Amino acid sequence: MDLIYHMMDVLLPFDFISFTFMKNALLAILISAPIFALIGTMIVNKRMAFFSDAMGHSALCGIAVGVVFGFMNLSLSMIVFAVLFSVLLNFVKDRTTYGADTIISVFASIALALGLALLSLGGSFNKYNSYLIGDILSITSEENIFLVACLALVLLMWIFAYNKINADSISRPLARSKGISGKLYDYLFSAVISVVIMLSIRWIGVLLINSLVILPAASARNVSLNTRQYHLLTLIFSVVMGVLGLVISYYVHVPTGPMIVLLLGGTFFVTFIIHTLVKR
Amino acid sequence: MEKKKACGAHCIKISDINVRFGDEVVLKDVNIHLHCGHLVALIGPNGAGKSTLIKSILGEVKHTGKVTFRNLVKGKAEKMKIGYVPQSLNIERDIPVTVYDLFASYISCYPVWLPKRKSLYEKIVRQLSIFSIEDCIDKQIGKLSGGELQRVLLSIAITPMPNLLILDEPVSGIDHNGVMDFYRLVDTIKRENDIAILLVSHDLDLVKEYADKVLLLNHEVICEGTPDEVYDDPRFHEIFDEEK
Repeated sequence: MDLIYHMMDVLLPFDFISFTFMKNALLAILISAPIFALIGTMIVNKRMAFFSDAMGHSALCGIAVGVVFGFMNLSLSMIVFAVLFSVLLNFVKDRTTYGADTIISVFASIALALGLALLSLGGSFNKYNSYLIGDILSITSEENIFLVACLALVLLMWIFAYNKINADSISRPLARSKGISGKLYDYLFSAVISVVIMLSIRWIGVLLINSLVILPAASARNVSLNTRQYHLLTLIFSVVMGVLGLVISYYVHVPTGPMIVLLLGGTFFVTFIIHTLVKR
Repeated sequence: MEKKKACGAHCIKISDINVRFGDEVVLKDVNIHLHCGHLVALIGPNGAGKSTLIKSILGEVKHTGKVTFRNLVKGKAEKMKIGYVPQSLNIERDIPVTVYDLFASYISCYPVWLPKRKSLYEKIVRQLSIFSIEDCIDKQIGKLSGGELQRVLLSIAITPMPNLLILDEPVSGIDHNGVMDFYRLVDTIKRENDIAILLVSHDLDLVKEYADKVLLLNHEVICEGTPDEVYDDPRFHEIFDEEK
C-alpha cells in the first residue's frame, strides 16, 4: 500500500493528494468507477434501474444484520446478505404474476424498515447517518481491497458472460434456443449488482448510489451507436466525473457523493441535447 | 452458408406435451412428428396454445412429455440443434446494439464490448449475405426495417444450421411482399439444407402454398394432414369461421 501511496505522491503533485484519506478516496473512485460503468450499461439495457435502487436501500439491512450478529467485518456480512437477498427476490419474482416492480418494492421496503429498526435499537441510529449520504473520506485501504476484488469479479463476468447476459436481455427464448440459460445469468447478474452496491454504500450512501450506476450509462446511451462506444463512453463519464467530483468537493467543501452526481447529471443533459439535435 | 448434407433420415418426435397453468389446461397430449425437409405449419385461433407449445419445445415453459430427435439410419437418438425466430424483440429504437453485436452475442463467446474480432465479423457478414443483408451489419438493430430484422433473426437461427427451425409468426409487422419473400427464403433453406421447420402462422393462404403438413391446434391437436385435408375439415371451418 505504501508503494501505491508513494507513486501517487510522485505522479500527482497536488496538495489535495498529500492526505492519506484523499489518496484512499481517489483510489476508491478509480476502482469503483469502472465497476459502476460496466454494470450500469447492462442495468440500463435490462431496465433494472429500480432493482439497483432497491438494492441500495436494502443495504441498510445488510449492515444491521452484521451489527446484530456481531460480525467483525461488516463488508463480509453485507456480501452474504446481498447474495441471499437478490436470490430470494428473484426466486419469489419468478413464482408470482405480479410485476417485477411490485415484488422489488415489497422486498426493498421490508429490508429498509428492518435495517432502520435494527440499527435504531437503543435509539442510536445517528452513528449510522453516514450510510445515508456516504463519506468517501473515511474509506480505508482494507475497504479498497474489497473494491478491487469486486472489480475483478465484474471483469471476469464481463469477459465470460457478457454475451450471454446480453443475448438473454434481448430475447430469452432466442437465447434459450442457443443453449443459453437466461435465468441462471439473471440470478448471477442480480447477485453481482447487489454485492457491488452494498460494498459501495459506505462511501456513497444509500440515497445516491443508484445515480452513480445509472447516470454514466444513461448519458453514454444518448450518444452511442454500438456496444463498444457505449462501454467506452460510460467508462469515461464514470471515471472523469468521479475524479473531478472528488477534486472539486475538496476545494469547495461540498460532500463528494453529491458533487459527483451533480456532474453526472450535467453530463446526462448535455448528451441528451446532443442526442436530440443529431436526431433532428 | 453452413450446409448440412441432405439425409432424409432424421425424425423429430414431440410426444405427449401437456402444459397446465394452475387449473387451466393449456396444452393436452400434443404429439407432432416432423421429418427433415418438411415444413409443418401450426395454425389455430388466438390463445390456442401455439406460442406455449413452442416455448415448451424450447424448454421455456414447464411441461410434461418429451422431444426426441432420432437418426433413423443409425437407429439412435441424437442431440438436436434448434434454430428459433421469435415474433419480435424486446428492444428500443435507440438501443446501442448493432447487428454485429446482436449476432455475436448469440453465436460467440468473444465479448462484444471488446474491439471487433475480424474472423467473427467476416463470419457474420457471410451468414448475413445469404439473405442479402450484409450491409446491415453495423446498423443499430432498433433502426432496421421489419423485413431486415426478420432476415437477421433468420440468419442467426441458421448459424449453425439447426435440425429443427422454429418460426413463431415471423411475418408480423411486414408488408405483403415482404411476407412472400420471407416464405420463399424459408422454403429455399428447407430444400437446400434438408431441415425440419415448424412454423406458426396466421396467413392461411401462404401456409397452403408452402406447408407440407398442417396442424390445427386448439389446446389439443384438432386435426392434421396436408393443407387441403385440414382446410376441408369441418372442424377447421368451425374454428376459423367463428373467428371471422
